[in-house]
Amino acid sequence: MADLRDEPLVLGIETSCDETGVGVVRGTTLLADAVASSVDEHARFGGVVPEVASRAHLEAMVPTIQRALKEAGVSAKDLDGVAVTAGPGLAGALLVGVSAAKAFAYALGKPLYGVNHLASHICVDQLEHGPLPEPTMALLVSGGHSSLLLSSDITSDVRPMGATIDDAAGEAFDKIARVLNLGFPGGPVIDRYAKEGDPTAISFPRGLTGPRDPAYDFSFSGLKTAVARWIEAKRAAGEEVPVRDVAASFQEAVVDVLTRKAVRACKDEGVDHLMIGGGVAANSRLRALAQERCEAAGIRLRVPRPKLCTDNGAMVAALGAEMVARGRAASAWDLSADSSLPVTEPHVPAPEGAAAHGHGHTHAHSHDHVHELSKENLYS
Amino acid sequence: MLLLALDTATPAVTVALHDGTDVVASSGQVDARRHGELLLPAVDRVLAAAGTGLDAVTGIVVGVGPGPYTGLRVGLMTADTFGMALGVPVHGVCTLDGLAFAADLDGPFVVATDARRKEVYWARYADSRTRLTDPAVDRPADIAEQVAGVPAVGAGALLYPDAFPDVHGPEHVSAAALASLAAERLARGEDLAAPRPLYLRRPDAQVPKNYKVVTPR
Ligand SMILES: [Zn+2]
Repeated sequence: MADLRDEPLVLGIETSCDETGVGVVRGTTLLADAVASSVDEHARFGGVVPEVASRAHLEAMVPTIQRALKEAGVSAKDLDGVAVTAGPGLAGALLVGVSAAKAFAYALGKPLYGVNHLASHICVDQLEHGPLPEPTMALLVSGGHSSLLLSSDITSDVRPMGATIDDAAGEAFDKIARVLNLGFPGGPVIDRYAKEGDPTAISFPRGLTGPRDPAYDFSFSGLKTAVARWIEAKRAAGEEVPVRDVAASFQEAVVDVLTRKAVRACKDEGVDHLMIGGGVAANSRLRALAQERCEAAGIRLRVPRPKLCTDNGAMVAALGAEMVARGRAASAWDLSADSSLPVTEPHVPAPEGAAAHGHGHTHAHSHDHVHELSKENLYS
Repeated sequence: MLLLALDTATPAVTVALHDGTDVVASSGQVDARRHGELLLPAVDRVLAAAGTGLDAVTGIVVGVGPGPYTGLRVGLMTADTFGMALGVPVHGVCTLDGLAFAADLDGPFVVATDARRKEVYWARYADSRTRLTDPAVDRPADIAEQVAGVPAVGAGALLYPDAFPDVHGPEHVSAAALASLAAERLARGEDLAAPRPLYLRRPDAQVPKNYKVVTPR
């Protein structure tokens, strides 16, 4: 029993956006990370189309589960649990993964763990750098989220320090890439052009960095507009747009704010570890500047390899394994896909009901944060 | 033979167990918004009522729609995954065929379910076991001539009395009917369809604004 809890074998399913991810881990060891992406189907729309993503998840799920099990070299019957992203994310897309995870866990007679996508992004670093230091400061940046989170126990305590008040960092990359006619997704291509540009060529605004602004919140909407206007003005004047300098200067504005605020949060809270996750963590300049500033501040930086930073099933399995290892309650068979699951809920345990289990968990968490799809009817 | 049948293509979340001769146990709930929550507990209940477990099942039968996509996928994803985990075949049956079978009518009739957006999913039948047309999605007024003069079955017909004045039961599909129909076809040695969703509409290709801004402020 103790052995099992030390190194639980868990399969994780992730479908919160456009990647169908299935991973297998044993404790903090990565065994398989299978991903099927529908990104090409979305490219011509300039962003993720929820219905296209959901249809692709349904098609890809069973083959991806089979591929992950094969890659891991384990048999489904040896699993100690099945974990799945219960939220946040696109409602219809999440529901495909939750349906698959429930059916799989039920058929195998294994416990089901509905877990939080953001906590999974943090926990994945265990597969790269071993157990998470407690506490850990985490900067999560992607097309869907830009958050600064502090966790003292990834299975039970994730505290939001700050978040974007408008666009996610990755969205700004997508938008600027679109304005520059560089295609979708924007992150990798901006990174590439920026390498040949001058980051100090154009001084773009740093959002929410004034003395009275919230210390840990982000804003990228103003930057996005400023860059777009600058490009349009050049075009209107009939001048050539210096794509490389624009990319470098825009990217510098984003990563400057991200790293400055993350390091400040670490210092203020006395935390000596910073982890960076999410798709934007693959950005080479973000990694370099974070490394530089962390070193200067005596903070140890942990950034997983890019494939573990983008959405994947291994991160869900990693958090599921931690849930099993720490004896957290499994989810119920009526687990919902919750498009706006709060970051403060690392997993969705079964309601206590008959079981004696301290404070009552209710599902009446506040849904006051922005999510354009939280009103999506699950029947349409 | 022990077939587990399920259908989530319409507001009904329905599950049944069929032993090749009879329906052993079944469950039906109508809730257009909670397919994901209701289905697995219903499966568990039906198996418990029959005093058996999922591992005794020899085949899965699933309604493939047509139906509103999000709900439809819950049943299909569940069926696919059961099939893989148990190593048993997954058979697709048109949801409208399940309604037609349960209607038990000898003459020609039409089945219509609610497609929302003021449209119905529908097909014409010669009798309860014989579909004449491919399932389609249309506005009731646009098909009024094609469905005139025959009885109509299903919740879609109830919604539009101008186009469907003569409505027969049942209103909702049952997995029991789906399973019985599948058992009959399998007994005759017929191949059933692959479990592929009948969406009948292209996805709305719209990228939502701020599509995944989900962390609390
Ligand atoms: Zn993510």
